[in-house]
Amino acid sequence: MIPLLSLHNICKEYPGVLALDDVSFELYAGEVHCLVGENGAGKSTLMKILSGAIRKNSGSTLIDGKEIEINSPIDAQKYGIGVIYQDFKLVPELTVAENILLGKEARKGNSPFIDYKKMHQVAAAVLLQLGEEIPTTLPVRELSVAQRQIVEIAKALSKKVRILAMDEPSAALTDKELKNLFRVIRGLKAEGVGIIYISHRFEEIFEIGDRVTVLRDGKFIHRCPVTEADRRSLIRWMVGRELEQEYPKVELTRGKEILRIELLNAGILQDINLILYREEIFGLAGLVGAGRSELARVIFGADPKESGKIFLEGKEVNPRSPREAIDLGIGLLTEDRNRFGLIMQMAVRENISLANLRDLLSGPFVNKAKEIAIAKKFTDGLRIKTPTVEREVESLSGGNRQKVVLARWLYTKSKLLIFDEPTAGIDIGVKYEIYNLINKLAQEGIGVIVISSELPELLGMCDRIGVMCEGQIAGILSRSDFSQEKIMMLATGGKEEVMNEG
Amino acid sequence: MKGESSPTAISTALRRSLSEFGIGIALILEIIIFSQLSPYFFTAENILNVSLQSSITAIIAAGMTFVILTAGIDLSVGSVVALSGVLATSALKFDVPLSTGFPLAILVALIIGIVSGSIAGVFITKFSITPFIVTLALMTIWRGTAFIYTDGRPVWGLPEEFSMLGSGRIFEVPVPTLIMLAVYIVSYIVLKYTRFGRYVYAVGGNREAARLAGINTNRILFCVYMICGALAGISGILLASRMNSGQPNAGLMYELDVIAAVVVGGTSLFGGRGSIVGTFIGAMLIGILRNGLNLLNVGSYVQMVVLGVVILLAVMLDQIRKR
Ligand SMILES: Nc1ncnc2c1ncn2[C@@H]1O[C@H](COP(=O)(O)OP(=O)(O)OP(=O)(O)O)[C@@H](O)[C@H]1O
Ligand SMILES: [Mg+2]
Repeated sequence: MIPLLSLHNICKEYPGVLALDDVSFELYAGEVHCLVGENGAGKSTLMKILSGAIRKNSGSTLIDGKEIEINSPIDAQKYGIGVIYQDFKLVPELTVAENILLGKEARKGNSPFIDYKKMHQVAAAVLLQLGEEIPTTLPVRELSVAQRQIVEIAKALSKKVRILAMDEPSAALTDKELKNLFRVIRGLKAEGVGIIYISHRFEEIFEIGDRVTVLRDGKFIHRCPVTEADRRSLIRWMVGRELEQEYPKVELTRGKEILRIELLNAGILQDINLILYREEIFGLAGLVGAGRSELARVIFGADPKESGKIFLEGKEVNPRSPREAIDLGIGLLTEDRNRFGLIMQMAVRENISLANLRDLLSGPFVNKAKEIAIAKKFTDGLRIKTPTVEREVESLSGGNRQKVVLARWLYTKSKLLIFDEPTAGIDIGVKYEIYNLINKLAQEGIGVIVISSELPELLGMCDRIGVMCEGQIAGILSRSDFSQEKIMMLATGGKEEVMNEG
Repeated sequence: MKGESSPTAISTALRRSLSEFGIGIALILEIIIFSQLSPYFFTAENILNVSLQSSITAIIAAGMTFVILTAGIDLSVGSVVALSGVLATSALKFDVPLSTGFPLAILVALIIGIVSGSIAGVFITKFSITPFIVTLALMTIWRGTAFIYTDGRPVWGLPEEFSMLGSGRIFEVPVPTLIMLAVYIVSYIVLKYTRFGRYVYAVGGNREAARLAGINTNRILFCVYMICGALAGISGILLASRMNSGQPNAGLMYELDVIAAVVVGGTSLFGGRGSIVGTFIGAMLIGILRNGLNLLNVGSYVQMVVLGVVILLAVMLDQIRKR
């Protein structure tokens, strides 16, 4: 059988980085071919070459066995290639419908006028395939990351494609959205579409993948049917060494209260009560839109609260801006690094120090030598892959960007740190190190809240998990009560279970 | 991890300084061409002359760089020049000894600029109106105010000594040139080495991310408009001194020259990228062009066309280099 797509001996060099070194790849019709590898391994680069977003230095591309040249996204579209990019390519000011149908707007007959009614119908139909009901008239700028991700997926689905590349489509999704996505993927498979699926979550690969290809440092390492791979072997191929366990949970004895929230109301949040202690890791679970990020933002002063009280170390506090919150010792690693985290044009060094420049001041001046030392400490410690700390964050891979934001907040030395999707897009080896770091923070007496869409991560790392549902805390589980089923039940609104606050 | 002196580190540093180089090359080309065409061009006297002629736009361009780095714009600078000029010269006509009158005039000029910048800052931060609209409105308001205040007539009859400010020389170097150099040195240090400078870039690069990193973004925005206004105010009194009068139509269309200097200097109108050195070179490029064309007796209509072409070429050169 002739493969639908073959890439032969692809090389791509960036200044100082060989992003792809002689990589070959092939995809058959009706196949889900997973692509895995550490952060900066070259996965996204390969997809960008496929989509014509960037040009390769050498190598060849074949479709149906015939050599072709893809020089621009228009070429890619012509050959029936659709790509869901890791960092979304949506127009914030346009509506959901306009984004989904960008470039193939429905028109009134053959006139130049857009048929908006039809646009919204078509867009809503595509979204419904994904089991989502995002209002199609909303501008994309008002959507959450997860919703944007869904729109990005819908955009790719709205085209008739033969090859669909998905670059970490699941990074912002919870189980519910993921199930729908998989259903759609299976449908496409049955129609003979070839799918390239990139993810750092192994469960997904085992569930949806047919074959898996592993890249490391821009080189091809291994390829096999998914049935012949397991977690251990995947990790070994990816990282080049064994990883003993995935979640390095340490036993913590809960300390004094650090944060107390009483009857907090704000936006969709209703009557939130919460007590958080030192030396425990508190998780927040819930579906997309349950209000987890909203709660974090209110505590951090990024959004205003309507009523209720927040106590930090027993004292009532009322941060009205992130600045005030940081001064009080509260830090928030926001979700959506590209929009809320990074200053793309600035160097890695400058991004790391941004929230704690005061630590580096001598008079009004920033002590650059010290700043470089700090940045190096973090780039080494978190294995941030960049030729130098002076490189602009823009040129880093997705996971490495995430590590830069993480480094920023680790450097602030807060009393309370809230991590909103801290490991989004981060590879398994570094995840392990991040868990260790979070453990260490908790051991040092820092209050830690972790928000994650990845349930196994919360189950593996947290001492207690608060489950949110429609702006309320539906229940709080302690470690002995942890189970995926209980959390899902609470998250979807089955509130009968009474939880012990122990 | 590789050390800072590794080849890639050097290439990164090189790339960064090249962003100023690209336009620097254009400047050198221009100097070579004019030196060939006019023997007088490359003399000490003419060089000082160019620096004097460009000083006023260059000083404002330094302030405009701060503003544009935050992804803003200030269209009111030309009108601020006029208003500060007429009010400062009027202050000189108070019946006080020159030793008080002189500082008073400078103070008036500064205050006009700062007040204008603050008003812009308030509307931009507190009422979230786009800088383009706010400063466009201020542009016509200040221009109108200058005309109303003077009834359309220039302020004449100023003390002799006042012309020292704009036309005097210290060790042969014109005073405005010295002020310009001081402004650029301070701006360079502020943008490159201070926390404030870092925050200016951060706010321009991604305002929401900057806010969430604990930066008081409104304060930074407020400050950059104040800086720009203050420098426009100072330029106003310098220009008045050079013309030995307060002219309500002074500084007409200055905003365009100033913005051109900043953009030719490689600062992005989208914010977050650019440098003060680039602006300096940009301002000189435009100043030298004017001077050279004058020396060659090129008429002012043709000058306009040439200036536009050179702006396009300079920015194009910059884009080609970035590929
Ligand atoms: N525009 C660029 N300029 C310079 N280097 C780049 C650029 N884009 C990517 N790189 C480098 O190429 C390498 C591969 O990046 P790529 O984005 O393909 O990684 P990835 O496998 O997708 O990683 P992740 O899992 O973090 O998304 C990285 O080292 C990255 O720093
Ligand atoms: Mg990637």
